[in-house]
Amino acid sequence: MEQFGDLFTRSASHLEVLLQGAGVTVMITLGSFVMAVTIGLVLAVARTWKIRPLNALIAIYVEVFRGLPTLTLLFICYFGLTYVGIKLNPLPAAIIGLGLSGGAYCTEIFRSGISALHHGQREAAAAIGMTPMRAMRFVILPQALRITLPPLGNYAIGLIKDTAVASAVAAPEILFRARNLSTETFDTALIYLLVAVLYLVMTFPLARWVDHLEKKRKAWQ
Amino acid sequence: MMEYLDQFAAFLSVYPAKLPQWEGVLIRAIKTTLIVTAGSFAVALVIGVLLALARLSKNALLRGIARFYIEIARGVPALVILFLLYFGLPPLGIVMDAVPTAILGLGLSTGGYVAEIIRAGIEATHKGQREAGLTIGMSSWQINRYIILPQAARISLPSLMNTLITVLKDSSLASLITAPELMLRAKAISSTDFLPMHILLLVGAIYLCLAIPLSQLSRLLERRMFSKLGNRM
Amino acid sequence: MNGNGQIHVNRCDFGVKMTENKELLRIEGLRKDFGTLQVLKDISLSVGQSKKVALIGPSGSGKTTLLRCINHLESPTGGHIYLDGDLIGEEKRGVRYVRSSAARLARQRLDMGFVFQNFYLWPHLTVQENVALCPWKVQGKSQKEAMDLAEAMLEKVHMAHKRKEYPERLSGGQQQRVGIARALAQQPKIILFDEPTSALDPELVGEVLGVIQELAAEGRSMVLVTHEIRFARDVADEVVFMDGGLVVEKGAPADVIDNPSNERTIRFLGQLRG
Repeated sequence: MEQFGDLFTRSASHLEVLLQGAGVTVMITLGSFVMAVTIGLVLAVARTWKIRPLNALIAIYVEVFRGLPTLTLLFICYFGLTYVGIKLNPLPAAIIGLGLSGGAYCTEIFRSGISALHHGQREAAAAIGMTPMRAMRFVILPQALRITLPPLGNYAIGLIKDTAVASAVAAPEILFRARNLSTETFDTALIYLLVAVLYLVMTFPLARWVDHLEKKRKAWQ
Repeated sequence: MMEYLDQFAAFLSVYPAKLPQWEGVLIRAIKTTLIVTAGSFAVALVIGVLLALARLSKNALLRGIARFYIEIARGVPALVILFLLYFGLPPLGIVMDAVPTAILGLGLSTGGYVAEIIRAGIEATHKGQREAGLTIGMSSWQINRYIILPQAARISLPSLMNTLITVLKDSSLASLITAPELMLRAKAISSTDFLPMHILLLVGAIYLCLAIPLSQLSRLLERRMFSKLGNRM
Repeated sequence: MNGNGQIHVNRCDFGVKMTENKELLRIEGLRKDFGTLQVLKDISLSVGQSKKVALIGPSGSGKTTLLRCINHLESPTGGHIYLDGDLIGEEKRGVRYVRSSAARLARQRLDMGFVFQNFYLWPHLTVQENVALCPWKVQGKSQKEAMDLAEAMLEKVHMAHKRKEYPERLSGGQQQRVGIARALAQQPKIILFDEPTSALDPELVGEVLGVIQELAAEGRSMVLVTHEIRFARDVADEVVFMDGGLVVEKGAPADVIDNPSNERTIRFLGQLRG
């Protein structure tokens, strides 16, 4: 019983530190999510203009940034860019690195969302006198966004997990704090278990929401 | 414009001098990266098939365990699992080298995804096909072997190949528990030679060279599986 | 293939010469419940060698369930099935009946071809492989033997020219004919047809019924669940009218279809004729 109480006090004192890290994890997640969705939306829409060189560039961006490990990208942003005289702090480096690789994913997600819509929709919009711009804004995108919600949700879950990599560039998020804490206290197993629980707490509601969306879509079909 | 070109040429001129020096280290590192990738993918496949069968089993306890596992694997970063195994287990008396730890940790974490992929593949085959197998006198083992799994494999193959690419990228995490693979070497070289951008771009290119053929292969296999599967009974 | 064709002819000869009234399939007191719903309530039927029995009746009357109970795709709640004297899916131990092993049931199912309403061809196999799978992997014939047999069976249903195609490239009627060839390839003693034309577009019904009629003319034993009343009258030796999980009326087609005596049969047939 005493041991159990001790476990409780230790957990409480660890959590105090880890929760500060959780705030940073959320910041990195939100920052890179906004960046990734913006890149993805812009590039997916730009692809529909069918400008050949532009599409080739977009394809290269997607292929390269999906093929690179996140850790490599983060190191390039944090250590590599010093070569060209850019010294990023850990936090912006993590957000930019994760945002760039996420942008490639989101481009693919939005691309398949847009292409899932029948081209007749576009023609119908043209038939009632909409410009292609307005058709995209009022007809295509609203529907595409709804289709892409489940994959976007899954991407967000993956992103929360990927932020753990930012610990490697010394961004003070959960895992970074956990590493420092474990070298101070040697309570390693408990600390990493608590970390795992914290990540689960953050991803679980998202996972339920995605499952709910997918169930709804299946029922609808 | 010329100025930029000069700078670019200067950047590139480092490689001929440094490459012979890096070559041996990098080739060994590539081998380790491939070992970690292949090993953890194999672990993930085994775990995935078992979990998928457990999720579809009639036994409620097995189903519950499988669901629980998949839920955790979906929510906890692979890196946290690696740290837990590598730093958390030794105080409890369990010590493993970095490479086996990486293989086990990445395998455990990826296994949950693989399970969901294979389950979806199995569920995509209609129940009537199983019944048709029963009516021609097949055992359930024969039905799985000749009817359900070939189709499940065909359906899951593209997703499994994508998972393999993800595992290749995730193998870079093994550097953070000191497994001597590409990223660990890249970091070491960048701190000894003070050329982080050079080595990181080179290593990035190596990862792309490994990943892009895999994604091409995935597309090729998808087409081949579709037309040839019947002859492979 | 010819060897196989001969086996079949021999079986016909036996049927005609020796065992005019030999019983092939016997259903004794069959019951089937789904939860609290009684779908089959005490069904007893007998099918003679080379006889064709048509099961008709309104939807929900239990025809399909009866057919699926015969080869134990559904386990009966009560009652027994005998094929050629062989107790299906069960073994008698003293006075008790125990469920037989999966392997034994699988062997027994070989004697009963089954044709599904929705075909259920395997999409990853070619037409010929679909038909060859049973003789090859279940009956242990060589690949060549099995493929030759499959081709012969496909010829019987006039589908040999499509043997290299995958099922998805065929029309519903063509798929169903392949389904029939698949059932033939296991060289069954009896073929069970579960509404073989109900999933087809009207213009494709004829080709499938034509094939079934050809098989009937060869003297094969069959049980046929169908909504095609005219076809039942032309082909069947006996028509069984089911309603509410019971056999309401059975007899020669001329009696049951043209001269029904039971009120429920009269109403059902009247609705069909409009």
